[in-house]
Amino acid sequence: MNYEIVCGIETHIELATKTKIFCGCTTEFGGEPNTHCCPVCTGQPGTLPILNQKVVEYAIKAGLALNCKINTKSHMDRKNYVYPDLPKAYQISQYDEPLCEKGYIELDSGKRIGITRIHIEEDAGKLVHENGYTYIDYNRGGVPLIEIVSEPDISSAEEAREYAEKLQLTMRYIGISDCKMQEGSMRCDVNLSLRKPGDPNFGVRTEIKNINSLSFIQKAVIAEAERQADILDAGGTVVQQTMRYDEATNSVTPMRDKENSDDYRYFPDPDILRFCIDEAKVEEIRASLPELPFAKLRRYVNDLGLPEATAKQISRYRKVAEFFEGALAEGASVKNAANLIVGTIFSNMDTEEEKELFAVRISAAQFAALVKLADEKKINIGVAQSTLQKMLESGKPVEEFIKPEDLVGISDEMLENLCREAIEANPRAVDDVRNGKDKAINVMFGYIMKKTGGKADIRKAEALLRKLIGP
Amino acid sequence: MRAGISELAIKLRNREISAVELTKAYIDAIEKLNPTLNAYVHLTFDIALKAAEQADQMLKEGDAPPLCGIPMALKDNICTDGLPTTCCSRILTGFKPYYDATVWEKLKKQGAVLLGKTNMDEFAMGSTSETSCYGAPLNPRNTNYVTGGSSGGSAAAVCANLAVYSLGSDTGGSIRQPASFCGVVGLKPTYGAVSRYGLIAYGSSLDQIGPLTNSVKDAAIVFDAVRGGDKRDQTSVDYDYGPSLTQCLEQDVKGLRIGVAEEFFEGINPEIKSKIEEAIALLEKNGAKIEHIRLPALKLALPVYYIIACAEASSNLGRYDGIRYGYRTASYTSIEEMIVKTRSEGFGDEVKRRIMLGTYVLSSGYYDAYYKKACLIREEINREFDAVFETCDVLVAPTAPNTAFPLNYKGASPVEIYLSDICTVPVNIAGVPAISVPCGVDAKGLPIGMQIIGKKFDEATVLQVAHFYEQSAGEVIGAYEGGAGI
Repeated sequence: MNYEIVCGIETHIELATKTKIFCGCTTEFGGEPNTHCCPVCTGQPGTLPILNQKVVEYAIKAGLALNCKINTKSHMDRKNYVYPDLPKAYQISQYDEPLCEKGYIELDSGKRIGITRIHIEEDAGKLVHENGYTYIDYNRGGVPLIEIVSEPDISSAEEAREYAEKLQLTMRYIGISDCKMQEGSMRCDVNLSLRKPGDPNFGVRTEIKNINSLSFIQKAVIAEAERQADILDAGGTVVQQTMRYDEATNSVTPMRDKENSDDYRYFPDPDILRFCIDEAKVEEIRASLPELPFAKLRRYVNDLGLPEATAKQISRYRKVAEFFEGALAEGASVKNAANLIVGTIFSNMDTEEEKELFAVRISAAQFAALVKLADEKKINIGVAQSTLQKMLESGKPVEEFIKPEDLVGISDEMLENLCREAIEANPRAVDDVRNGKDKAINVMFGYIMKKTGGKADIRKAEALLRKLIGP
Repeated sequence: MRAGISELAIKLRNREISAVELTKAYIDAIEKLNPTLNAYVHLTFDIALKAAEQADQMLKEGDAPPLCGIPMALKDNICTDGLPTTCCSRILTGFKPYYDATVWEKLKKQGAVLLGKTNMDEFAMGSTSETSCYGAPLNPRNTNYVTGGSSGGSAAAVCANLAVYSLGSDTGGSIRQPASFCGVVGLKPTYGAVSRYGLIAYGSSLDQIGPLTNSVKDAAIVFDAVRGGDKRDQTSVDYDYGPSLTQCLEQDVKGLRIGVAEEFFEGINPEIKSKIEEAIALLEKNGAKIEHIRLPALKLALPVYYIIACAEASSNLGRYDGIRYGYRTASYTSIEEMIVKTRSEGFGDEVKRRIMLGTYVLSSGYYDAYYKKACLIREEINREFDAVFETCDVLVAPTAPNTAFPLNYKGASPVEIYLSDICTVPVNIAGVPAISVPCGVDAKGLPIGMQIIGKKFDEATVLQVAHFYEQSAGEVIGAYEGGAGI
């Protein structure tokens, strides 16, 4: 039978603040076990938490970027549960007064996936099982997190993936997290149930915990929807439980149920005062937000006339977009700048991380200087590409590679003479062109380029050659 | 009369006695009396003597702070770097924190000489100090009776002159009630006036550190030394009290409006009631205006207190699982079993009772009926106190409805013992300051305490009234014979 997927995603994102949420310890990833800790984040008796104001600010940023309403009055709660990685036996989180509520993410289709809430909380430590022993590393304990809870508005595996990807892009763009799923700085829990089309009631849902890549989100939704459909088709009922997605087998299996009841006994943390957020502060943060990737994408396509694919590649990374816009501001043309970034600069960058970091050795202005030479046809695009590559490798400006004397334009007369020379020197190629082997014209291009040191305008040369060779 | 802190400070500065000599006198007295009184549970004599030597050096150099070289004691729930801090619980056996509580850090800088950590009810839960895993301290006034609690060891040490002063903590009366039972002065400051950083939490929204001393003036000196905002405690407040609260002590009570709420006197032992009334009459005779006021929500204070304190405690005490520090059960086959056995063996009955009570009131389905309702009534109690302080400068009340219980008093159920906190808990719920000063003895010769309650951050008026009463009432209670004799 056909079912409709009803899916919501809870996402935990580690914030990129320098220090932890309640103490001054570093949030740096890795480090020898238990070296990024202090009495506070290991929950030593008598210690007290001090709320890091940067965490509140970052969460507000996230809320504003996701179109949320910011609750100016908020407080922290204690979520009580016992587990060795949680040194206080409670997690300081937010229960009934989250910092942000009622936002959305818009998918490419125009459909909006609602954001129910965003709250701040502390991460737990990590258990390491080795040689039959269990060791605890509290380095991650107290690292600030935001939990972003979506409405159950997602109705396909593709939408689930797109939602998570857009969320990741947005968080990276506003600079509050690196959202590296494989390192755990972004983790998704997928809630999923099925229902018959048109049925207003929800089915029984399961929760797939801790999915650590975008493609696994998509696969896990498909696998879980199939699993539930099989159960329903066989006349069974889905059991509400916590599941795990296994990448190796592409299957979803129930997790060992360690908690038999989920009574966290939430109550307001008496150690942390209720806090009020100044409306002016919220407006200040709103004003500081960069243009978000989807707004940029639309602007690049609609206003700058870039093809969708190119626009997407550039707008996806904040630093790339800034570099691109910087070059435009220096007078570079949209088309050449975009093509040189995507064609030449990106060819030096293999991974998403490298594009994210975009550590190029030249400035946007230096890049623009090169693009403008191409724009003005003082060099052809091939020279522009090879020169850019040299600039990227050396970090030196364009003048180092193209001297002013090289830029003297080749007159139309000179070019026409060169074309004649090229035709005379390559009679067989000329015949081939006449016989329809169009590629043979490259032989003449090669001749002209060699003679001019690559400076000839290749389009003009082509037009001339065709005229001279005739039909 | 026994020398107070300021007299000792003068002697130290005049070289009549050195800090080392003074410390040795206290060490001798502790060695003689503590085996009986059990006021101290951890002794730190080596550190005390070293600190005394340094204090003598500071005194020689001049400009030493008032508490320099004065031997003192800390309740065993105040963290001391590298020294045992066990809350008198088996579960914290061997626990030595690796940081100092803010109050101890402050006192250490001022040249304080720490003689040891004092006995208390396990995790400060109790009114007799008998829930201590080290056994109860005895009341120096009469060793057949309890010291009160939970800061029983701190009160006994000061009473028996085994320390010049001590710090205790007060969540529902734990400084004032033992002060009352032992016949010493105990000040519970405004919530937030003293940093809680390093005080092992019981009920976080109620806990407050304060001094136990032999005089009101000493209480003011010690309070001056430990108060102040702390960036490590968000609930602390950097209130501007001026340079010293000892300055307000010389004023009389003329024109002061003293509130007397009949709710504080319901069910009070008649002997105690009449002593408090005598004290009120003395204040009135000296120009104070007595205002008879009502605090109807007071009768709800006790259940509100036990719900909120236990709820917070159930969460605060979750961390004692045997994994990182303290006691761990001997044999286990899984982490779950280790935690369960460690807690079953490590906590005493009263602590378990309060953890269960607190867990219950926070559980889903009961939260609204208990915890949430208690928070609403707490607000109402606060409003009533605010209203009363519109027309009164201070309130006067008994500290406890009874004098010290006999040791191992089996006649009382836990609830009957809880009821003895009736006069002190409203003060913690409202977060206001209060002091207990001795105002006489009962027929058995056991001390009676009078409580003076002020508005938030108005310790000045509380101390002023207490000091005036202390000076004008004269010797209301016989001096304790023994101790360091200085």
